[in-house]
Amino acid sequence: MAELEAVIGLEIHVQLATRTKMFCGCELSFGDEPNVHTCPVCLAHPGVLPVVNEQAIHYALKIAAALECEVAPRSIFHRKNYFYPDSPKAYQISQYDIPIAGAGRLGDVRIHRAHLEEDAAKMIHVGESGRIHGSGASLVDFNRGGTPLVEIVTEPDLRSAAEAAAWARLLRETVRQLGVSDVNMEEGSLRVDGNISMRPAGSEELGTKTELKNMNSFRFLERGIEAELARQRALLEAGERVEQETLHFHPEDGSLHPLRSKEEAHDYRYFPEPDLVAIAPTEEMLLEARESLPELPAARVQRYREELGLPEDVAALLAADPETAAYFEQASKEASGVEPRVVANWVTGELAAALRQEGGEATASASKVEPAALASLVSMVQEKKISHGSGKTVLAALVAGGGEPAAIVERDGLAQISDSGELESIVAAAIEANPEAAEQIRAGNGKAIGAIVGAVMKETKGRADGGEVNRLIREKLGG
Amino acid sequence: MKELLALTALEAHEAMVAGELDAGEYTDAWRAAAAGDELNAYLWRGENGDAPAIAVERPCVAPVAVKDIFCTEGVPTTAGSRILEGYRPPYTATAVGKLIEAGAPILGKTNMDEFAMGSSNENSAYGAVLNPWDRGRVPGGSSGGSAAVVAGGLAPWAIGTDTGGSIRQPAALCGIVGLKPTYGAISRYGMIAFASSLDQCGPFTRTVADAALLLAILQGADPCDSTSIGLPNAPRLPDREDLGGLRFAVPAELASDSIEPGVREVFEATLAKIEGLGGEIAEAPLPHAEHGISAYYVLAPAEASSNLARYDGVRYGMRAPSSGDVIEMYEATRAEGFGAEVKRRIMLGTYALSSGYYDAYYGQAQKVRTKIAGDFKAAFDDFDFVVTPTSPSVAFGLGEKTDDPLSMYLNDFFTVPMSLAGIPAISIPAGLAEPSGGGPRLPVGFQIAAPAFAEQKLLDAAHALEGAIGFDARPEGVPGG
Repeated sequence: MAELEAVIGLEIHVQLATRTKMFCGCELSFGDEPNVHTCPVCLAHPGVLPVVNEQAIHYALKIAAALECEVAPRSIFHRKNYFYPDSPKAYQISQYDIPIAGAGRLGDVRIHRAHLEEDAAKMIHVGESGRIHGSGASLVDFNRGGTPLVEIVTEPDLRSAAEAAAWARLLRETVRQLGVSDVNMEEGSLRVDGNISMRPAGSEELGTKTELKNMNSFRFLERGIEAELARQRALLEAGERVEQETLHFHPEDGSLHPLRSKEEAHDYRYFPEPDLVAIAPTEEMLLEARESLPELPAARVQRYREELGLPEDVAALLAADPETAAYFEQASKEASGVEPRVVANWVTGELAAALRQEGGEATASASKVEPAALASLVSMVQEKKISHGSGKTVLAALVAGGGEPAAIVERDGLAQISDSGELESIVAAAIEANPEAAEQIRAGNGKAIGAIVGAVMKETKGRADGGEVNRLIREKLGG
Repeated sequence: MKELLALTALEAHEAMVAGELDAGEYTDAWRAAAAGDELNAYLWRGENGDAPAIAVERPCVAPVAVKDIFCTEGVPTTAGSRILEGYRPPYTATAVGKLIEAGAPILGKTNMDEFAMGSSNENSAYGAVLNPWDRGRVPGGSSGGSAAVVAGGLAPWAIGTDTGGSIRQPAALCGIVGLKPTYGAISRYGMIAFASSLDQCGPFTRTVADAALLLAILQGADPCDSTSIGLPNAPRLPDREDLGGLRFAVPAELASDSIEPGVREVFEATLAKIEGLGGEIAEAPLPHAEHGISAYYVLAPAEASSNLARYDGVRYGMRAPSSGDVIEMYEATRAEGFGAEVKRRIMLGTYALSSGYYDAYYGQAQKVRTKIAGDFKAAFDDFDFVVTPTSPSVAFGLGEKTDDPLSMYLNDFFTVPMSLAGIPAISIPAGLAEPSGGGPRLPVGFQIAAPAFAEQKLLDAAHALEGAIGFDARPEGVPGG
């Protein structure tokens, strides 16, 4: 049997951070007392009519622009009919065959479509199962009902759980930087479902897919997809078939459970929503959406790679978060004559490590290390005014209390020993003090050099240039 | 001055503006008349001071009866259905709000076919409405109560809704004026939805001038209704006396034998009056109009099946006792709360929208709708108006058609095409005719349809024709004038 390949597509629901709901004037809220943000429209009283939230259209157009989607000249709403207490009209107003945004792309993943719709109310099932079946009672909070959503559907372009989680993070950062959503997975303002199937590697056909829901963090997204891929792989390798179904991920134990058929609608009886007119964005609206876009992570990664020569992983680390990116760019600008690659390595390497050491969750931009201070530190190391080791010492001091690197070097006497005579005599003394190691080096055991280098560093308190120390030892012992 | 209740709404308005008529006295007289309802036409009356307060200091607009399909804050609103028994809406429909703002007191809420589904008013959960001309006959539907109160001297005027003929047909059967405006002329906000793409509010009045006055109050774009646009110009009172230079099309397909002989006679006499006023009559093809009923009875139930899904017993209205889960409660409530015709249409509509049937039914019906709109558009290239009898027969007997839905649906044969095309149409009383089964003569309606948003032209022509017809018959005991 050929090697199996994972085929993953994602469906992402983004709650828009508009002031009011999708089709009425109720304010959006999170965590408020239940059923206080309601009105006749979002409670589906007889005779009410929906009116589209204009801000939601502008936000959807921004998302469409960020995902490089084609925008439909006239998109329409449909009714998706189903009976469930979270849907007071017994239909959801959504978009069906003509969504506001069509084909697009983010990073390496193609976007199939993005459309506007309204969120359902929140159900709380009282009882052991936490689901409607087997619960003693169900409560409905209509505060959430009618919140504007953009549903983004990708093509099945992802090939592993890790890839899916990484791409979902990129999408979240992208949407967050548009300022159109809180994109908080735990609060449900970002919800990611997976469409998962497997096929023999190299095959063009798609296998039977399952839909995976309820993964409310990136970690759970990755774990859930991994678990489902493992389940499908076991079935296929045993010669069995994958059934098309919807699975619910249980974060407590990582298990997957099929949703009961009653919770799945079979026939939504879609038809065009007669209470609304088509959305026909003007050229001005499209232009405004495009021009309002900040530089987004994917574009920034590309610029860092192409213009600054950064490796992909370092570029991605810096570009994801706009504050970190701005910090890096500022430091790099101040460190004239130093390659951006070197500054990038300090930000993602030494500085990140020093911040972790310090504890807390401070990012570079929020730390006491000013971009100019980091720039001058990196320059001093590059110009061999201080050793790399001393550089780390200075950085630790900057993380702890801020300040100027030059002043710290001065205060702590960390300037590199530049007098080669002084260094030579220290090296000679170290060789004398470690006769065994010296003998081994003479005999050709290069590893033994560490002991003598260590002694020199101890004596100089790290102020010696490691490369120069090595050179002097080898010169004297011929190792 | 004439007896108070014999005044038209316009005459009363002008008298109140001139200070010759006391608004309180006038309204009280109507409240007293409404209290004598023997037609089962009112479901609720505001006689005890619990009617919504009007918003002007010096009211000078005649009090109005409102079909019980319009939400009125704090006032029972049932849409003729058991499922909304006891429901008092938390808000008021835009159309009713405009009446209140204009200073028109609300006389009461009128009986109707359940959720506006019917052509005889026999589908009301609160009993049939009787025709004031003959209490053994129906007033038409679905706005039967609104038609009956105006014809029966229980209100000076009223508002109703028309989805496939629900204003024009009862107006015809009760011998009064009924206008279905262009779709979008009047806000639908707060009007309980039957078929959203067809429903339209409109006036029931004694005269065409009254219809113009009421339309002027009701029309206008509403930010709460995205499909409302109002009329291009506020309607003014019609003053045209002749029809010179106007061309009236009679659909060639009218040659069917489904029209009662008495109705045909009145229709033809009316055509002669049009010619007498200088109008020109010619046949014009409306080749797809005959499929209107078929398309309508797919589209309207399809939308209704979705619009009526919200009545589930959870948030308001009736809830049937049920020991089971929420789905069982839904089922018990809907089984008990909806009447037979509503259930029939929900079933029809659900079927028409089902996966695998959508294209054959809903999709096909939409195409027919487009064709019918195209037929009218072509006709209006050559003609100013299209005219037909409003209904193929005069008022029929109570219970006569209740066992035969198809024959009931055919009542809408002449009114449905205009609804599908979204164009305005008015029914004016054109004379009396003997029913096919014999008996005292009953009113016949004459329908005039115009291009979208041509309400002014329509009202002007109808006013001229009304003058030539000179219809002044009244049911026994109803003050005329």
